[in-house]
Amino acid sequence: MTTPLTTTPAPEVVRITNVSKRFTVRKDSSIKERIVTFGRAGRKHRQDFWALRGVSLDIHAGSTIGLIGHNGSGKSTLLKVIGGIIDPTEGTVEERGRLAALLELGAGFHPDLTGRENVYLNASVLGLSRDETDSKFDDIVAFSGIGDFIDTQVKFYSSGMYVRLAFAVAVHTDPDVLLVDEVLAVGDEAFQRKCLDKIRSFQAEGRTIIIVSHSLGQITELCDRAVLLNAGRIVYDGDPAIAVARFRDILDERRIAEDDKAAEGEPAAVTVEPRILGAELEVIGGNDRGEVIPGSDIRITVDLESDLPVERWRCAIQIDSVLGTGVYGTTSDRIGVHPTVLQGRRRVEFLLKDARFGTGKYFVNISLMDDAGRHLDDARLACSFNVEQYALSAGIIHMAPEFVDRGEPAS
Amino acid sequence: MSSSPESSAAARFARIEALPMRSVGAATGLRPHELWGSVRAILSHREMLDLLIRRDLKARYKDSTLGFFWSLARPLMQLGIYFVVVGQFLAAARGIPDFAVYIFAGLTAMGLFTEIVVGATGSILGNAGLVKKVYVPREVFPLASVGSALFNFMIQLVVLLGATILVGKPPLHWQIFYAIPALAVLVVYGTALGLLFSSLNVYLRDVQYLVELGTMLLFWASPIVYSWQMVSEQLKSFPLLLDIYTNNPLTLAVIGFQKAFWVAGEDVPQPSDLLLRLTIALLIGIVLLFVSHRVFLRLQGNFAQEL
Repeated sequence: MTTPLTTTPAPEVVRITNVSKRFTVRKDSSIKERIVTFGRAGRKHRQDFWALRGVSLDIHAGSTIGLIGHNGSGKSTLLKVIGGIIDPTEGTVEERGRLAALLELGAGFHPDLTGRENVYLNASVLGLSRDETDSKFDDIVAFSGIGDFIDTQVKFYSSGMYVRLAFAVAVHTDPDVLLVDEVLAVGDEAFQRKCLDKIRSFQAEGRTIIIVSHSLGQITELCDRAVLLNAGRIVYDGDPAIAVARFRDILDERRIAEDDKAAEGEPAAVTVEPRILGAELEVIGGNDRGEVIPGSDIRITVDLESDLPVERWRCAIQIDSVLGTGVYGTTSDRIGVHPTVLQGRRRVEFLLKDARFGTGKYFVNISLMDDAGRHLDDARLACSFNVEQYALSAGIIHMAPEFVDRGEPAS
Repeated sequence: MSSSPESSAAARFARIEALPMRSVGAATGLRPHELWGSVRAILSHREMLDLLIRRDLKARYKDSTLGFFWSLARPLMQLGIYFVVVGQFLAAARGIPDFAVYIFAGLTAMGLFTEIVVGATGSILGNAGLVKKVYVPREVFPLASVGSALFNFMIQLVVLLGATILVGKPPLHWQIFYAIPALAVLVVYGTALGLLFSSLNVYLRDVQYLVELGTMLLFWASPIVYSWQMVSEQLKSFPLLLDIYTNNPLTLAVIGFQKAFWVAGEDVPQPSDLLLRLTIALLIGIVLLFVSHRVFLRLQGNFAQEL
């Protein structure tokens, strides 16, 4: 997406220099245990874990940055370091402007206080003075839609009211930098839309937003820059679509590594269960970089193997977008082909004609199934293809758009 | 907000550009600007401190019918028990005129200290939700406990003054000014220990139980339900022990408090140079407060992950 004011260089708001964070995991937490395990023995009860390693990052005003990575990659730690909630072990974090953390809606709401009292308290926690809260109070109540319940203790609120009020306070604190951690996943659809609308208007107002999210769709939709973390280090920093694709690669590597580990433990099987040996993808009639263009054909060749005869079987493919959304799927069964008994090695082929995908990267999952549709073997993300950049539209399907301005309608 | 998003963005950028970069988190160093910075951070959050104190006070008795009466019930009950059991049964009241006023003056002083330390010790854990999610100078949580303790203290003080009027001896004498250094000693030591224990308690939960034991010990180690004179007679042959007993800052503060509000005890023997002793204790207390604040700042960096 484009941010306003790309002409003038935006000032830096956050500067992270060579930040590392070490966590010490202790297995003892009472004085007795601490004394018993004092000294040398105590070291055995400690385990060091680097959540962040040498992270440097400059964040400019007006940008929206997504932090992605699998669980334990350090993305939430990084967000907390930026927010000053955790001090880094090494390195420095500098920033300017007003910073508000939307880390958990309603953190610090006290159940026994009324909505009004909690608004004042929460606003002051987020850095608003009493006068500022006074002037914004009516806006906050109006935005939250709480109405007369504002003078009721919040313990009597429904969870929806609670979240709406907390969000209303947070977005009225006029932050220059907003830290968001997964909070957009709460509330009903209408409320989520309201959140996203508010974030968009924040973007237009030149506020800086730093988001941690597991929803990769949100990252590519909202952010103009994404930082991919793996094991506490920055692996990629730049275009969100590429970051998300790289993230999928990492997830896949981890899955393969885990599979290998699991396989090492088992003795080599004498007989080969029905399995997918591999798959290849060929683009027919693409551009010179091998990317799919509207009208290309895609050929997917799959190698199968089984020692035991499999009487009736079918092969299925599914094409996923980068976000993991199923875009297309078919099976040999649907196509109306019933292949002969599978024994030994076999090569099958899918030919997808006249493909019209939207721009981006797509992954192909392949499954070998028995007659009843039980999966005998799956090859997740077995192969992939890219679709040529198409500037006129976004999304997962290709259509050639036209726009006509017909002036004032004749009534 | 100005007319269009673009122009408000431009104005925002210009404003941000003019701001200096500042380090994130609390300043823990010992250079003058860092020392000042850590104090200024607290001062800039006084409105929040005020709201936290109100929250503590409001939330405490929110759904009880008698409300603030309950904050008085405990000291009044203690007063009754000590007056009857210690004063009459154990005959401690014999050498102490207006024994009820005497006890209540001591209870009020000691109650302030106990409430500050116990309240502050649990304050970081009690506000874990905030500490883990938002950065504010974490000192505000123990300080809010100090504030709410002071509020309860004021109520007790009104009751104490009422009692002195009731017995016909209101503290209209120059010794009333002893209340100021005595109160200062209580607040400074309470805050220093409260800061220290609140940060240690995050790492070692045993601290809160130790604090409860410690405050009980300190209660009996000060002349609240007995008189200083009884101790000085017992320890006549051990002047060093008597000095140690007397120079306990809490003992000094309690005696100072009694001197201020317990008019009937003007002729009762008391330690010499009380004002000087209180002043020295106060100066040591201020150093202690400074040190414990530094320790607190060092430890607070890892609060969020330990909670």
